[in-house]
Amino acid sequence: MKNEFQVIAELIENDKKVLDVGCGDGILMDFLKKNKNTNIRGLEISKSKVQECIAKGLTVIEGNAEKDLKQFPDKSFDYVVLSQTLQAFLDPELVIKELLRVGKKAIVTIPNFGYWKVRLHLLLKGTMPITKRLPDEWYNTPNVHMCSIMDFFHFVKSKDIKIFKSLAVSNENVSIIKDSNLPIKNLIADLGIFLIEK
Amino acid sequence: MNIENNIKTLFVKKPLKLDCGKTIDNFPIAYETYGSLNEKKDNAILVFHALTGDQFVTGLNPITKKEGWWSYAVGPDKAIDTKKYFVICSNVIGGCMGSFGPSHIDPHTGKVFGTNFPILTINDMVNAQLNLLDHFGIDKLFSIAGGSMGGMQVLQFISNFPDKSKTVVPIACTSSHSAQNIAFNELGRQAIAADSNWKDGTYSSNNTNPNKGLAVARMAAHITYLSKKGLQEKFGRKLQEREDVKFGFDADFQIESYLRYQGSVFVDRFDANSYLYITRAMDYFDLSKQFYGNLSNAFKATKAKFFIMSFTSDWLYPTQENKDIVIALNSIGADVGFVEIKSDKGHDSFLLDVPDFLSALKNFLDKSYLEN
Repeated sequence: MKNEFQVIAELIENDKKVLDVGCGDGILMDFLKKNKNTNIRGLEISKSKVQECIAKGLTVIEGNAEKDLKQFPDKSFDYVVLSQTLQAFLDPELVIKELLRVGKKAIVTIPNFGYWKVRLHLLLKGTMPITKRLPDEWYNTPNVHMCSIMDFFHFVKSKDIKIFKSLAVSNENVSIIKDSNLPIKNLIADLGIFLIEK
Repeated sequence: MNIENNIKTLFVKKPLKLDCGKTIDNFPIAYETYGSLNEKKDNAILVFHALTGDQFVTGLNPITKKEGWWSYAVGPDKAIDTKKYFVICSNVIGGCMGSFGPSHIDPHTGKVFGTNFPILTINDMVNAQLNLLDHFGIDKLFSIAGGSMGGMQVLQFISNFPDKSKTVVPIACTSSHSAQNIAFNELGRQAIAADSNWKDGTYSSNNTNPNKGLAVARMAAHITYLSKKGLQEKFGRKLQEREDVKFGFDADFQIESYLRYQGSVFVDRFDANSYLYITRAMDYFDLSKQFYGNLSNAFKATKAKFFIMSFTSDWLYPTQENKDIVIALNSIGADVGFVEIKSDKGHDSFLLDVPDFLSALKNFLDKSYLEN
């Protein structure tokens, strides 16, 4: 499987200022800092993960994207990255709005609920799908707003958000999503990566 | 106390204009250092002490014969590693550990200053301490760090001298002293003033000390440094060396006995007038007011890297007040990291063995130093 972070890194030019929202233990930040000379900041809700970032020498603020993005001025970052966390927010629409206010561009990745294995799980087993990207049970998952690649595609279009690039990731393959192949990508990809701008 | 023998002192010749309008010159700053300054002189950390601290950061304090106030954080291989860094700390002006303060003799009258000492501010304190950099020939510090009032000095220092430090570590502090904090300080000051031995600050000429008032001030303040949960866990309703309450006003409870003890040891090492002056300086601290209500402007000129920490159970300088500083820095795109450390030990957490705090402090400093 091609690393999601490598795909994200390829979307970002060298020497840019980037905010990683929900940066976790800072793997992506570290990668961008070392390989792309990125001026990178992170926002992370978990204290222990913030500590891990500090141990890596990364600049991270403990905080919650739904509340704490508002302290950043308009367009203060070239890119804002949100990796596989959109579905965990109570108000994903607000978060997308904030990402696009703070960043000149935003990179959002979503675990695809339209992926065939997910569909099959629900169809055959009749229980909430559990996959590699969605490992939690229904009662302990942080994901409260799951969506498919198609849902997200329609959502950004309806909000007049420009899509610069949308990529479907399935196993080794990274392919471009277009209007024409949307239904098939929505079936075969387990992850969608979107480069967007308001 | 044989102060002179154990205290390093820098005499500042250069006049210093204070915020109150008065000017002081030829005044002493008592300081201590730990570790050694490297050849490039780029490994120095200026540490600022809190209200009742002094220059003896770590190891045995030669005056009080007790461990230095930041012994958990500063020393060989510790968070502020004295094998690596050159740590400087000075007693604030207004203090009572050798720096120019209200217990000194006023050369114009030949009498102890007492309350004739000029009112000081945090700004005055850091302006005085800048002289230490010249003294050691340090052009730029690697870091400035401090908790509580020490954190306020950190903020004021980098605001006044934006190029003088590479990294900035304010801990458990605020950019503007809250009404609650002013209230507690006022309680302490009134306790001192209510002691008949205080005599409007002239007690030293009577060879007395307002020990009762100062002890009460310390007891009240000490409560604010702890958390309710911490107190409950440590003391609960435990009784002091007795089977049952004695139906009197002795210290029946351990917490009472503990507070009385804290008060009684404090008066041996602290001067009541210094307590008045330093708490006043804290109350006057309002960095955003200095920048007409825009705190961000205090930091506009600096490229330093900030790392701010607060503690979950600190209700004296709560997380939100620390976060306000983070917000002010983010709004100007400054390089700032922030973490709230989980601890039940209240405001005092920064002085205690709180592993998450100490490791974060160490990691931040050591990683930043590598990028030097």
